[in-house]
Amino acid sequence: MNNDLYTYTLRQADNAMILCQRLCQWAAKAPELEEDIALTNIGLDMIGQARSLYQYAAELSDKDISEDDLAFMRDERQWRNLLLVEQPSGNFADTIARQYFYDVWHLAFLQELVNCNDEMLAAIATKSVKEAQYHVRHSSNWVKRLGDGTELSHERMQEAVNEMWQFTPEMFESDEVDQRLLAKGHAADLSKVKVIWDTAVTALLEEATLIKPDEAFLMSGGRQGIHTQHLGYILAEMQILPRSMPGCKW
Amino acid sequence: MQSQEQVKLLEILSSVADPEIPVLSIDEMGILRGVAIEHGRVKVTITPTYSGCPAIDQIAQDVSTVLADNGYPESEVLLVLSPAWTTDWMSDESKQKLRDYGIAPPCRTTDLSQSSEEQRLLFTAPCPQCRSLNTQIISQFGSTACKALWKCNQCKEPFDYFKPI
Repeated sequence: MNNDLYTYTLRQADNAMILCQRLCQWAAKAPELEEDIALTNIGLDMIGQARSLYQYAAELSDKDISEDDLAFMRDERQWRNLLLVEQPSGNFADTIARQYFYDVWHLAFLQELVNCNDEMLAAIATKSVKEAQYHVRHSSNWVKRLGDGTELSHERMQEAVNEMWQFTPEMFESDEVDQRLLAKGHAADLSKVKVIWDTAVTALLEEATLIKPDEAFLMSGGRQGIHTQHLGYILAEMQILPRSMPGCKW
Repeated sequence: MQSQEQVKLLEILSSVADPEIPVLSIDEMGILRGVAIEHGRVKVTITPTYSGCPAIDQIAQDVSTVLADNGYPESEVLLVLSPAWTTDWMSDESKQKLRDYGIAPPCRTTDLSQSSEEQRLLFTAPCPQCRSLNTQIISQFGSTACKALWKCNQCKEPFDYFKPI
């Protein structure tokens, strides 16, 4: 099998799956009803994207596995998502900071990937890019509204930006999998994604009267399976049903 | 070129609707991408509106059921992602049906692609009830993945706007 393409697809699927799980933890307790609906709708887009990616990864694998096996039967060290997406939802500003940093990255990443030579990844990216445009607009609006809002909302938003910042450099790390695939035209060029992300985030933080944090200490390892302590709890909650009743259907 | 049998199949499939938008058939929605007969088996190709559209499994099942009910017990439903679904595949007639049903139809995505964020903010969806342009967005995300929530300042009614994608 094509190991690189499998890993590359799995990394994207895991990002979408874990962030979806985080967003859905807001169901029925978001600050307002419209936001409850918005966050779960964004989660719905992500689970759809995750499914397409897991189905493709299962197809690429030389083992007889399904999309469900990939989502529900892997342990912490086998997950390949970015550390950013597994961070706790915290208060609403924390959720928005995490979402905004991811959305801007995700949109730029997908816009690169729509032109890749791998037909399936390009098709999934072309579909996802339309959804990601709505996501980034939503989270940007909230960063502005909270940052340039009341004294309290400004303070909370700044704290959230400072806290999530340390997980952002990992999004642009390019390892040998990325590099080999990029050379074949199968991957997004992360150096281009970084330029777009830096420009957009710098401008928006300024507009939101927020201070862009200094160069961060690099928190990294998620894509190699080395996670923060939070992932295990997410998996425990997410995987309990299929693990306690394997093969169960309704 | 459509064969007589394809025309018949399309007629049969025109009774299948997206369960979340019952006023439009899957053909009018642009979800139905093709019908073919291969070795006596009907092969229907469909595409989801949004990646996570929960209606797509129901639609696939409805297609098989309606075909079986009309003398085609052996059918296959194929799900494709490319080309990605767009609201531009809806005809003007379909958009009128949406409006009559109370959902503001999507504008063309080509009208939006050149516009800046400021221009987007100036856009107002006409109220499907009173046609007023004095409307405002409440949330970009509404009752289903494909709709945004708006309200009309004229007749004071809230309404769904079908998002252009």
